[in-house]
Amino acid sequence: MQILDSGRGEIIQPCDMDEFREWNRAKKMRKLVDKVMTEREAIAQFVNDGCYIGTELYGTVRCPMSLVREVIRQGRKNLRVCGQGVLELDLWLGAGIIQKLDITYIGLEVYGTSACLRRAVESGQVVTCVEWSNAAISWRMKAAAMGVPFLPTRSMLGTDMLKYSAAKVVEDPFTGIKVALLPALVLDVALLHVHRADKFGNCQIEGISGFALEMARACKRLIVSAEEIVPTGEIRKYPDRTSIPYYLVDAVVHAPYGSYPGEMAYCYGRDEDAIREWVEMSKTVEGTQAYLQKYIYDLENHQAYLRLVGEQRLARCVELRERRQG
Amino acid sequence: MSCPPYSKTELMICVAARLFEDATTCFIGTGIPMLAAMLASKTTAPNIVPVFEFGGTGAILEELPRAVGEARTFHKAISAQGICDTMETAQRGFIDYGFLGGAQIDPYGNLNTVVIGEHDHPKARLPGSGGGNDVGSLCWRTIAIIQHDLRRFVPKVDFLTTPGYLTGPGARETAGLPRGTGPVAVVSTLALMDYDPSTCRMRLKALHPGVTVDEVKANTGFDLLIPSQVGLNEPPSDEELRLLREEIDRERFYI
Repeated sequence: MQILDSGRGEIIQPCDMDEFREWNRAKKMRKLVDKVMTEREAIAQFVNDGCYIGTELYGTVRCPMSLVREVIRQGRKNLRVCGQGVLELDLWLGAGIIQKLDITYIGLEVYGTSACLRRAVESGQVVTCVEWSNAAISWRMKAAAMGVPFLPTRSMLGTDMLKYSAAKVVEDPFTGIKVALLPALVLDVALLHVHRADKFGNCQIEGISGFALEMARACKRLIVSAEEIVPTGEIRKYPDRTSIPYYLVDAVVHAPYGSYPGEMAYCYGRDEDAIREWVEMSKTVEGTQAYLQKYIYDLENHQAYLRLVGEQRLARCVELRERRQG
Repeated sequence: MSCPPYSKTELMICVAARLFEDATTCFIGTGIPMLAAMLASKTTAPNIVPVFEFGGTGAILEELPRAVGEARTFHKAISAQGICDTMETAQRGFIDYGFLGGAQIDPYGNLNTVVIGEHDHPKARLPGSGGGNDVGSLCWRTIAIIQHDLRRFVPKVDFLTTPGYLTGPGARETAGLPRGTGPVAVVSTLALMDYDPSTCRMRLKALHPGVTVDEVKANTGFDLLIPSQVGLNEPPSDEELRLLREEIDRERFYI
């Protein structure tokens, strides 16, 4: 197949699909084993300096914020990251722990551009930004989830996105049309937050699934935090709802309000004031450091964080939750 | 002359909302497109099927979504799936319209949301494509909603993030983008624009109330095509303003 065009971006995480198969054969347990642990234990065991890591969904929506804060608390650095982020990647950028980015979108949504992203990229602290669209990064994970080395797509063509990505354009050998080939992406470790899991890691998500299903199947290690840990009987009662089965999961962390200050569909809404606090403080380096000190470094764990936030604010978020209705 | 009883942003949202065609599938980007979609669904296009990239399809837009993944994007929805589902739906040709914003737009409707300046040493790093490139690549017709000034209406975008007509007629097809797709309109704070079919260049279509052709030209960094007949957009109606202020953006995130 003739290559018609190549993006100049680096493949930050080269993937070998046979190696991924062998990993899944050797390292993913078939047995039902209790994987419940704390944020501290999970991050200490599975997240290393320099690893390629991703989070799902994103900072203000069903995001594993307690795990995200723990990564900073433990001083991990030189992370290579894909995303797609709001508060979570902003915190990592603010803490200076991201070295390379497969970037799709990092911003503050209604509050505009991210000051942390601007400082980190414009200063050269983040050494590489390889550009992908949201669909492209999700399809890269889907390719890995399928166990194939790439997927063809009709997105990204003809633009600077293609030029600054690591995609390749070829002529489809069957129909002759041009397609962009997206290389499979296997993450070293993925963090995601779900509504409920059992102790073995069988997970159920309510509402939209974002790219959780693809990411869970496109990583070597998967740390899941859950609002609720339920008996396996509950899982087996509704097996159709288990979108992430235990054998994909390496650690299960019980994290009530794990997505706070973001939302969790049908559980709690977002805390707009808390989000605005970050938006304001992150505008300066000093503000960012003060925020990280107050909400991460000075606190022992997620439980201490929730105590600092206080029951009143959490109750207000529960009041604001999306409700199921006809 | 007294000030009109509405802001430029309110007017832009109203003009954009009127472009929604009823009973069509519409990919909705973050920000102003959400307000326009919500206003359309409460007025002239009650049967649009809003699609939000992270999986919400067919939501009833009762509260303004502040993000493309929050629960309001699948409030009383038909379906809550994931991003692969919505993007693949667009890729197989089922999404009629995409509504997008951007930091820069050029005469061919190409949008930039990645960097100002050079990519590797940017003057300003912007958020990135998000789903923008996909929407511009895969939906049948795209409509951009963008503030009108010289910083935004530029001869050449610093970084071509979301494809409009690229370099002109036939360029999308040559690049491999799906046949028969492309931008159809731009709604700004000054006017409504469309594209000349023979050159694919942006063309003035209708002025907002109180705006002159010269004012539009002075705020556009390239030669905007000016046809002999230029229309006039209706100002917001009392009902449109009431909906915007009392139901859609009560918290005044945008208006």
